[in-house]
Amino acid sequence: MGAQLRLLRRRISSVKSTAKITRAQELIASSRIVRAQQRMQAALPYEREITRAVTGVVSNAASVDHPLTVAKDNPAKAGVLIVTSDSGFCGGFNANVLREAEALRGLLESRGLEVIPFVSGRKGVTWHSFRNRTMGGEWVGFSRKPAYADAKEIAGVLIDSFKDENGIDEIHIVSTEFVSMLTQNVVVKRVLPLEVEETEATESTQIPPYFEFEPTAGDVLESLLPRYVESRIFTALLQSAASEEAARRRAMKSATDNANELMRVLTQQMNQARQAEITQEISEIVGGANALADAAAGKE
Amino acid sequence: MVIAKTVDGEIGIMPQHAPVLGVLVEGGVLRVKREGEVDLVAAVHGGFISVADNEVSVLAEVAELGSEVDVAAARDALDRAQASIEANQEDADAAIEAKRARARLRAAGEDV
Repeated sequence: MGAQLRLLRRRISSVKSTAKITRAQELIASSRIVRAQQRMQAALPYEREITRAVTGVVSNAASVDHPLTVAKDNPAKAGVLIVTSDSGFCGGFNANVLREAEALRGLLESRGLEVIPFVSGRKGVTWHSFRNRTMGGEWVGFSRKPAYADAKEIAGVLIDSFKDENGIDEIHIVSTEFVSMLTQNVVVKRVLPLEVEETEATESTQIPPYFEFEPTAGDVLESLLPRYVESRIFTALLQSAASEEAARRRAMKSATDNANELMRVLTQQMNQARQAEITQEISEIVGGANALADAAAGKE
Repeated sequence: MVIAKTVDGEIGIMPQHAPVLGVLVEGGVLRVKREGEVDLVAAVHGGFISVADNEVSVLAEVAELGSEVDVAAARDALDRAQASIEANQEDADAAIEAKRARARLRAAGEDV
């Protein structure tokens, strides 16, 4: 009995210290979400304006044939940028992204395309290198706090490969979209070639029917499109960073809850064991005393 | 009125201007003339200016308001860039650095 009691005590103290760690992680993640959200908000106006500008150029200058806007006749390779996190402890966050990336890979391969993954985040990189997949590029170290320079670097590699004759012909992004503290969705977006969307023109999004360009539409597009790709990647990185913290907070919260529940059950078991031990000791003493009393009565 | 420097030259935008999308030069100075207030001046490095529906938006990779420029640091950067240009004529990075530093100083209202 004594051994069982000691075992339970040891388990309780180990669960307790784990709960302390997960609770701290949960709190850290909660405070980081707020900051990540603020960074996301700060990047929004730029992205909105640049998307508007690109829409303006493309819908106004249909005659502009830029290599970055025109879909190649028979695309051979597709680049997929997969945005994952650097550290774990965030539940199914990375697994969800990678599963979606695999689905996209299957889809692209069924179209006869060769898929080249470009991976950001240590978890995604290890996932790919473990399976001996060759990557077009890998970036680690900034998943929690991406800077614009990081997005620029990734965009540079992707665009260079896109412009190259033997490089990729399509660019897709698989990342996690931050909807709210509780909802994050994995989204797949095609960045290049640009997708033409027919949308209802509303008062605020309406593009004026004519635009003047300084110096020419082609030149504007030439310098605008790389910025557009950078901005899209930057947004994906920021959203992913916020989602990562949200996923981590949720995972750590359920871990803490589980630890507390386990502690409750174990404490109950421990009390039961202790009580059983005491009861046994009492009955042993009573039994012993009775035996002694009986023996004494027999003598007399 | 907004005055900006595109690759084609200076452009001044008054209310009711026709929609324009322009590429801005590296190391330009953007000036917003406001009624009854001091001009808003900013050093803008690259990027675009887009005018539509009486709304001017400037998209820049790097921009700094004239009032926020650290004049001493900008002067220092200019001196360093010029020194490396003198040492090596082909130094494109230094030329851009010098342009940026000049734009920052001009935005801060300094003579360059």
